[in-house]
Amino acid sequence: MTDTTRRTLLKGSIALGTLSAAGLLSPRLLLADWPGAAFSAKEVEKALQDLVGTAQPTASDKIKIKAPDIAENGAVVPITVESDLEDIESISILASGNATPLVASFQLGEGAIGFVSTRIKMGKTADVVAVVKTADGVYSTSKNVKVTIGGCGG
Amino acid sequence: MASSIKIRAKLRDDVVEVKALISHPMETGLRKDKKTGKLIPAHFIQEVVAKANGKTVMTALWSGGVSKNPYIAFKFKGANKGDEVELSWKDNKGETGSTTAKIK
Repeated sequence: MTDTTRRTLLKGSIALGTLSAAGLLSPRLLLADWPGAAFSAKEVEKALQDLVGTAQPTASDKIKIKAPDIAENGAVVPITVESDLEDIESISILASGNATPLVASFQLGEGAIGFVSTRIKMGKTADVVAVVKTADGVYSTSKNVKVTIGGCGG
Repeated sequence: MASSIKIRAKLRDDVVEVKALISHPMETGLRKDKKTGKLIPAHFIQEVVAKANGKTVMTALWSGGVSKNPYIAFKFKGANKGDEVELSWKDNKGETGSTTAKIK
């Protein structure tokens, strides 16, 4: 009898502990796996450290960035990243000149191949950095894009 | 909100290419309203999830740095013509949208 009470109490406290921990860790309205710290980082290195665990990815020629050399409108810069690296876990796109450089991170799931394409905003002429995380490391390449009219201001 | 997404999924040589356009303002929260001079509150999609045959093939995590009315394209293997691809999004205000498309 005493033992069952003790079990119940233990279970209860564990459940409570889990609940409060979850409450503390996930900010209101935000998604649990949305990397807020990486997205609000003001430097590329800080964003990468938070996102993929290293500030210095290995340069790789197995990642290709397709982006215009000159973007007339910084509000809409088409970016395509392709990579034939193996076991890709994620592809992330950073605009190094933006106030918060990390723009997007694509987590590849089952069957996905190394290709993502989107359109990003660029505040000024800067390097676009593509970072590919694979099962055995973090790789990156970059491409300079000249921006005629910035796309982040009013 | 089904109309918030335009999507196309095409099979070519066993690779499915999905292209989608989502209607969304994608406000960074850093832009000022020209008339009032006040900051326009942040309102952007944070997560886009793509599923095929019940499996997640891609999860995109975004900031407000993705352009207004976002375009997204990605490729995956392991699905056939006629299979359904489901795309859904969530923004920082908790709004959501989703749609499905048959692979052609």
